[in-house]
Amino acid sequence: MKIVLQHLTKRYPNRNKKIKEDVVAVNDFTFEIPDGKLIGLLGPSGCGKSTTLNMICGLEKPTSGKIFFGEDDVTELPPENRGVGMVFQSYALYPHLTVLQNIIFPLQNRKGAEKMTKQEMEKAAAETARLVQIDNLLERRPSELSGGQQQRVAIARALVKRPRVLLLDEPLSNLDARLRLQTREEIRRIQQETGITTIFVTHDQEEAMSISDQIVVMEAGNVRQIDTPQKVYDDPCSLFVAKFLGTPPINVFNGSIKDEKLYVGGDCILPTPGLRSQKVTVGIRPEGFVLDPEGTLACRLNNVEVMGRDTSVVAHHDAAVSDTIRAIVPTDSDIKRNEKTIRFSVKPYKVHAFLENGDRIRLKG
Amino acid sequence: MDKRSLKGWLYLLPAILFLGVFMVYPLIDVLVYSVEEGYNSASETFFGYGLYNYSYVLRDPYFLQALKNTFLLVIITVPLSTGIALLISVGLNSIKPLKELFQTVYFLPYVTNTLAVGLVFMILFKKTPYTDGFINLIIQWFGGSSVDFIDGPYWAKMFVMCFYTIWVVLPFKILILTSALASVNPDYYKAAKVDGTSSFRIFTRITLPMISPMIFYLVITGFIGAFKAYSDEVAIFGTDLNAAGMNTIVGYVYDMLYGDSGGYPSFAAAAALILFVIVLTITCINLMISKKRT
Repeated sequence: MKIVLQHLTKRYPNRNKKIKEDVVAVNDFTFEIPDGKLIGLLGPSGCGKSTTLNMICGLEKPTSGKIFFGEDDVTELPPENRGVGMVFQSYALYPHLTVLQNIIFPLQNRKGAEKMTKQEMEKAAAETARLVQIDNLLERRPSELSGGQQQRVAIARALVKRPRVLLLDEPLSNLDARLRLQTREEIRRIQQETGITTIFVTHDQEEAMSISDQIVVMEAGNVRQIDTPQKVYDDPCSLFVAKFLGTPPINVFNGSIKDEKLYVGGDCILPTPGLRSQKVTVGIRPEGFVLDPEGTLACRLNNVEVMGRDTSVVAHHDAAVSDTIRAIVPTDSDIKRNEKTIRFSVKPYKVHAFLENGDRIRLKG
Repeated sequence: MDKRSLKGWLYLLPAILFLGVFMVYPLIDVLVYSVEEGYNSASETFFGYGLYNYSYVLRDPYFLQALKNTFLLVIITVPLSTGIALLISVGLNSIKPLKELFQTVYFLPYVTNTLAVGLVFMILFKKTPYTDGFINLIIQWFGGSSVDFIDGPYWAKMFVMCFYTIWVVLPFKILILTSALASVNPDYYKAAKVDGTSSFRIFTRITLPMISPMIFYLVITGFIGAFKAYSDEVAIFGTDLNAAGMNTIVGYVYDMLYGDSGGYPSFAAAAALILFVIVLTITCINLMISKKRT
């Protein structure tokens, strides 16, 4: 089922009653989600991603704008008539019911012609339980399950009524690191097996990058960028997006363009033909540094951290916005730890320049 | 005994002493009193040990009346007050404007003096040579004939008693239940809503089970409180409860000790122990039921 969001906007009255102006939680969100895709809504807390999810679900009404599931306008429909399945951050499993009773719960709500017999319901529940691999836990209560198992029960409960759209609110935030890796693959597998259009909300960029077909990056109610994960990482449209994606985060420098060359402090790092002279902010990904004795970017070496797979060089540069910068280099690099200065050259496609307002400047014509 | 546990006992000592002197010793003392036959409180002498005190109390018509009154009070007021409190709490929880005002209004009886409230109830219900009382005026306005609620038939007095008890215990129950309702994670309701659950089903299948521990707590404390009722009766019917036929078990104990017919600590002790056994039994049954459910 394709989902279309048209100029979706949500305003709240300001909590501080002295301020008349409304708080804009989501501002003019327009996006078409193709059928059967997994979409990650990514942003810091308070950026409007959960509000967007709640509007798609029907728990909140948009101030203006429309929502379509396929060709149907669902903007005015209550959640139960939209055919959505929702998994909450807290899972919201009913603690006094068994896993089976939890999964059956949505089916028992059906009335009239849709009403199912007990056997039909149990069959549907068993099928869904098999899909999320909890069919051996049906008689347990939620409190007897691990976090990951509870998560699966919550997904099963959302899927059992065969929704047109599956919505997940911060699905992995309550799990520990190891389970998170496992569960996100699991979500991907379930999504691909069922082919249900799925939207999930997260503040964790790694989560969003790893399983989404497309990422929507939001900031303060506005959509900043929508693209495939790799594209958003390689080609961020603003400083905010560049800073939000990637661990370790991108290194930010005060720089300038002079005589068609890009400077970081006093160090000229790249030629920038055709660009006029101006002050810019320069972002360099950690993996964009290359150890080079002849390199133009001179930094004071602070520390070398061995990570196993690669080596992390912590250094200081006067033009950097933060106190230290971090470069990721191969483990076989020859680093002279007792030398005070370390020199880098840079990979041009890992270097991004931004205007003062955060917008991107294309370095290559 | 190692040093650590010695230290622990040392810390517990004040509490143990206090509880021992004011709880354990009197309890044992009551037990001893209740089996001392023919105890004379003036000379502090008795004939011997036996169960005569119990058989006297159990045959005393005043005690049987008190027993009946107490049981009726418990059976009527505990379920009714809990149910009404639940209704009001659910209502309070679902309104937004004036919520605080209503909460305050419902909580007022809790901070009001029992005797003052009793006085108000007397004005509402009592028939005097000058007026039939406020409630009777309403009954007459609807075409009924007036009833003497304070000195009249048994059922009328029982009605006032139950009405009063329910009204007095409501605030505490509402307080507990509103906080229990407010502590239910709203995600449960959202999840139920997304699944199209009707509000009746949400209430019976989600809300009630979620707050059931609190309901059980209220039922148990309600039972115990109602079994111990006494001061409320005095507030409405005056100190001579036997004459009014509205005595309770605790009232009987008091009368045996200090009332006009008093001076019989042995009978009082026996009655108190009978009450203790009843409350203990009911509480055990309650706990067993609540354990079975969870």
